[in-house]
Amino acid sequence: MAEAHPVGFQWVIEAKNRGAKVIHVDPRFTRTSALAHTYLPVRAGADIAFLGGVVNYILSNEKDFREYVLAYTNASMLVSEEFQDTEDLDGLFSGYDPETNTYDQSSWQYAGQQDEGQEEEDSHVDRETASGLEQESHGPPIPADVPRDPTLQDPRCVYQVLKRHYARYTPEVVERLCGVPQEKFLEVCEAWTANSGRERTTALVYSVGWTQHSVGVQYIRTGAIIQLLLGNMGRPGGGVMALRGHASIQGSTDIPTLFNLLPGYLPMPHVSQHETFDQWIDAIRHPEQKGFWSNAKSYAVSLLKAYWGDAATEENDYGYGWMPRLTGDHGTYQQVLDMIDGKIKGYFLLGQNPAVGSAHGRAQRLGMANLDWLVVRDLYMIESATFWKNGPEVQTGEIVPEECKTEVFFMPAASHVEKEGTFTQTQRMLQWREKAVEPLGEATSELWFFYHLGKIIRERLAGSTRTRDQALLNLTWDYGEDEPDGEAVLKEINGYDLTTGKLLSSFTEMKPDGTTSGGCWIYTGVFKDGVNQANRRKPGSEQNYVAPEWGWAWPANRRTLYNRASADPEGKPWSERKKYVWWDAEKGEWTGDDVPDFEKTKPPSYRPPEGASGVEAISGDDAFIMQGDGKGWLYAPSGLIDGPMPTHYEPAESMVRNPLYGQQANPTRKVYQRSDNLTNPSPPERHSEVFPYVFSTSRLTEHHTAGGMSRQLAYLSELQPEMFVEVSPELAAERGLEHMGWAHIVTARAAIEAKVMVTDRLTPLRIEGRVVHQLWMPYHWGSEGLITGDSANDLIGITLDPNVLIQESKVGTCDIQPGLRPTGRELLKYVQDYRDRAGLAADHHTPIMTVGEENADDGQQ
Amino acid sequence: MGSNSLYGPIDPAEDAGYDAPPPRMGFFTDTSVCIGCKACEVACKTWNDVPDDGFNLLGHSYDNTGGLTANSWRHVAFIEQPVRGSQPFAGQPTGPSSVPATNVIAARSAAPTGTEPGIPPAVDALAAAATAGIDFVGGATSSGCGASSGGAAPSGPAASSPSSGQFLGMPMSDLPGKSAPAPRSDFRWLMMSNVCKHCTHAGCLDVCPTGALFRTEFGTVVVQDDICNGCGYCISGCPYGVIDRREGDGRAWKCTLCYDRLGDGQTPACAKACPTESIQYGELDELRERAAKRVEQLHEAGVPEAKLYGESPDDGVGGDGAFFLLLDEPEVYGLPPDPHVPTRDLPAMWKKAGLAALTMAATAVVAFAGRRR
Repeated sequence: MAEAHPVGFQWVIEAKNRGAKVIHVDPRFTRTSALAHTYLPVRAGADIAFLGGVVNYILSNEKDFREYVLAYTNASMLVSEEFQDTEDLDGLFSGYDPETNTYDQSSWQYAGQQDEGQEEEDSHVDRETASGLEQESHGPPIPADVPRDPTLQDPRCVYQVLKRHYARYTPEVVERLCGVPQEKFLEVCEAWTANSGRERTTALVYSVGWTQHSVGVQYIRTGAIIQLLLGNMGRPGGGVMALRGHASIQGSTDIPTLFNLLPGYLPMPHVSQHETFDQWIDAIRHPEQKGFWSNAKSYAVSLLKAYWGDAATEENDYGYGWMPRLTGDHGTYQQVLDMIDGKIKGYFLLGQNPAVGSAHGRAQRLGMANLDWLVVRDLYMIESATFWKNGPEVQTGEIVPEECKTEVFFMPAASHVEKEGTFTQTQRMLQWREKAVEPLGEATSELWFFYHLGKIIRERLAGSTRTRDQALLNLTWDYGEDEPDGEAVLKEINGYDLTTGKLLSSFTEMKPDGTTSGGCWIYTGVFKDGVNQANRRKPGSEQNYVAPEWGWAWPANRRTLYNRASADPEGKPWSERKKYVWWDAEKGEWTGDDVPDFEKTKPPSYRPPEGASGVEAISGDDAFIMQGDGKGWLYAPSGLIDGPMPTHYEPAESMVRNPLYGQQANPTRKVYQRSDNLTNPSPPERHSEVFPYVFSTSRLTEHHTAGGMSRQLAYLSELQPEMFVEVSPELAAERGLEHMGWAHIVTARAAIEAKVMVTDRLTPLRIEGRVVHQLWMPYHWGSEGLITGDSANDLIGITLDPNVLIQESKVGTCDIQPGLRPTGRELLKYVQDYRDRAGLAADHHTPIMTVGEENADDGQQ
Repeated sequence: MGSNSLYGPIDPAEDAGYDAPPPRMGFFTDTSVCIGCKACEVACKTWNDVPDDGFNLLGHSYDNTGGLTANSWRHVAFIEQPVRGSQPFAGQPTGPSSVPATNVIAARSAAPTGTEPGIPPAVDALAAAATAGIDFVGGATSSGCGASSGGAAPSGPAASSPSSGQFLGMPMSDLPGKSAPAPRSDFRWLMMSNVCKHCTHAGCLDVCPTGALFRTEFGTVVVQDDICNGCGYCISGCPYGVIDRREGDGRAWKCTLCYDRLGDGQTPACAKACPTESIQYGELDELRERAAKRVEQLHEAGVPEAKLYGESPDDGVGGDGAFFLLLDEPEVYGLPPDPHVPTRDLPAMWKKAGLAALTMAATAVVAFAGRRR
């Protein structure tokens, strides 16, 4: 956190000065560890084993916040008798199909609801379309009435299922898998549990590197399970918080730059699943379900009205027919492979530098070199704009500048201080920022660029009667002649009552009949009362500690989600020290320091009538109001592709055989088995010893991601001027590496070179009785800028988490050797030699299901 | 000029002739909360338009600035350090520490900073020598390209193998604290943002023949770049090795404590940018009180090694306008343990010089007397 989020880290320092204990768990000793009380080195890729150990510690010592767990989680609900755990099936849950590598999730359901479960086919489509992302603002569908055992004794209740699942994740196992000494591990368990409960809460803060694993979503799930068991959700000082990699990454999923989502986490229509408007709406609101998604039609119709204005009518389903449709996986990695295969002709890159910043840099560059045209909008001529003349493939002869057919259009972009707009940060808070200076030269804002691009395209299409052009021609597209007004756009996002022309003040005012508009329902209220609420800057000293008048948070300016859970089932604060939102019986309403996340006048004693659905079905003690059953999920009966409970799988590349299960790695991970995307062998495959070391990559404080914003600046470049690799003195001795000498690192994809930094900050770990060395690299360098160097991301292959299609880029296996790497054609031969020794022929298929396989043959199919 | 003007506690602004000057301003840099982000270095350079000092990977942990020079007025030092007498590092299967070896290699890899004299090797060397158990590789020989060797066993020398050699040109087989390679002990990483000390008795100012260096009303010491003639006397006058000349320009440059911001009641750029309040700016008297409380707090929190550096008006420079809270001895951070302004010795020197002159005169008299004979 100190490395990548130094400004946020000031609050950790503040807490430390007030007596907080800081524990840092990381594969390497970083600037965060330097300030922590306790540092635990851990093996990269073994976090579920570590956190599963914490779950086991909580359950076996009964350290859970029992009243909270009973009231607000699904601990008491009974799971189907057909459910079988990974503990029964050697690392697979029930319902696995080795043909498609997906699950039939019917048996994961609550008792009596097996019919509600997802079929394999749906599961496959969900993986292709990363449908897990839709759950950012709500849970997946689940029926409301579930049999329970409030005594938590029934062996089929979630509490007992969870307890059995994690029973083997003992401190001994944590030590064997993660390399963390038991006493240090127990120190973490004791600190976390002692600081949770009625009187205290603990926050879990992670940075997005945690998500970049083939089990990334399940990492976060394990953290969420712990926080639910300890009563740390919906309460002040609790929560699970993601520190994003850039300003407004939260905003870019709220109003997404993702292929599968529309604003406000509405799903992008799928060609077969959502043929009609009603099918699409019903897929969002799930008619019999509890909760606020029952109003989905209002949100959806308002969005379409914002897009198409008067052209969106009830008769034409508000223009639903003009919406693009998903046909499968259109994620960024699938697209790159499609570029290589010649299926994609043109591409826009906006403030993104995949030639350096995305996994498998060579595939990224070869893909872009096979386009007809490419538009790059950035602050500088980044590697993704010059790969055709300066990229590493030019040296190897794989790209010949004279022959590369891609026509690159470089458009200078205004930086964040040169344009106005909002940033949305990890607390979902929008903060307006003013333009400080005019952009230099021909640089323009994104708003300007897209507005004028749209205008030109619409002029070209004017008069067209082709159906496919109507979506563009009918757009509301009127933002003046020059620079669009950012506030006008924010107002459109907020939404209007179209009958009066007034701005909406809350999404509850949205209507399903086309009389309201709104570009993103969760942002409705940001322009409440005609005031740009995101621009509020009342000092903390002039308001309560929650500071509701600084900026604006979605939804409804609520700073802590599910804050009904900060009061007990009767509506009283759990403790005076942690009071936050409570039921005022006299006034008959919810009140407190924050905006209550509950219907204002629904009493804690409210119980829904028989057969109720939607908001009416939310009981007075259903704190998790966006979940289909109103409860926080310790066990996810639906919605996750790889299983209802997190399970330790080895990373897609590991030299360690999974000590817990026959199943080596995530059996549902998304793989692209191609000759240009080979995976280093892992047990039970043979030859894993060719790549005997674990590597991880991350950022340095001094640089920004792919370097476009830092390697062009002398004051930052001088602070970390060269690509380097950190190794322990033990690994340096083993491989003959010298401090400040050269070394090169090799995987099945590439070999890159770096200066060696021998440091005690890395340490070998003892894993399963053997010594495992880890090495670490920053990933900021490329071929452009004041300082250049090889890119760490060239080493990484494309293997994705099945739920959200994020790449596994924080752990892999490699070799490291002293000296510079070969150059030119020799480099290709050198990497090929490694592939040959690792048994990775061009048609090699990495086995996905490994239960019952020991030292399988080379994995050929 | 009072007798104290050469040495001891004074108010430097008053001493310089200001009538009722504003309170003396300074920095208190609390290294116990420094996270080594280097925002201070960048903010300083941006505000003061200081040039970069070259793109050199120094190999001294994350420090690629190297020291305070004419082109770096803030410098974040990084010290990787075994904790003496502690348990093996994190309880893991470890070999010997790399710290001494890497420090020595880093100390020998002087890099150009675009300034003169730039970073004195002694600064790094002090830090290197202060770490326990010096053992290092004989020479930083480059390894051959691994192209032909494939995954074969390495042939280069092992980095941790001790060998005799030279340390900064001197035989180094028995540096203080040296011992046989011991298993790695527990470990810490110290960070410290260094800066000009704005001494009460400023050696640089005392020797400046042009008046380019002057004492401001805030008690700070500033070089006027339109007066400096580049003579370089100030460089030998500074007990901390801070002030330095810029190549091509020849003039001396250093921290101004953002004199141009202070006049407007603004905080200096580095302190403004520091995210963790490691760099605190304020009235020196108040900062000294705050620092004393902080030391007390740290001692109570089980950090007995916390100590102040440069805060005492009774030290060799009459106290620093920019002082520090350190977590180890000053040498570990590359700071002189007992700095003193050259003028401290002036009275004694005058006495000696006078005596010498008398002796010489007497000798001459005797000599002449002898000749007459």
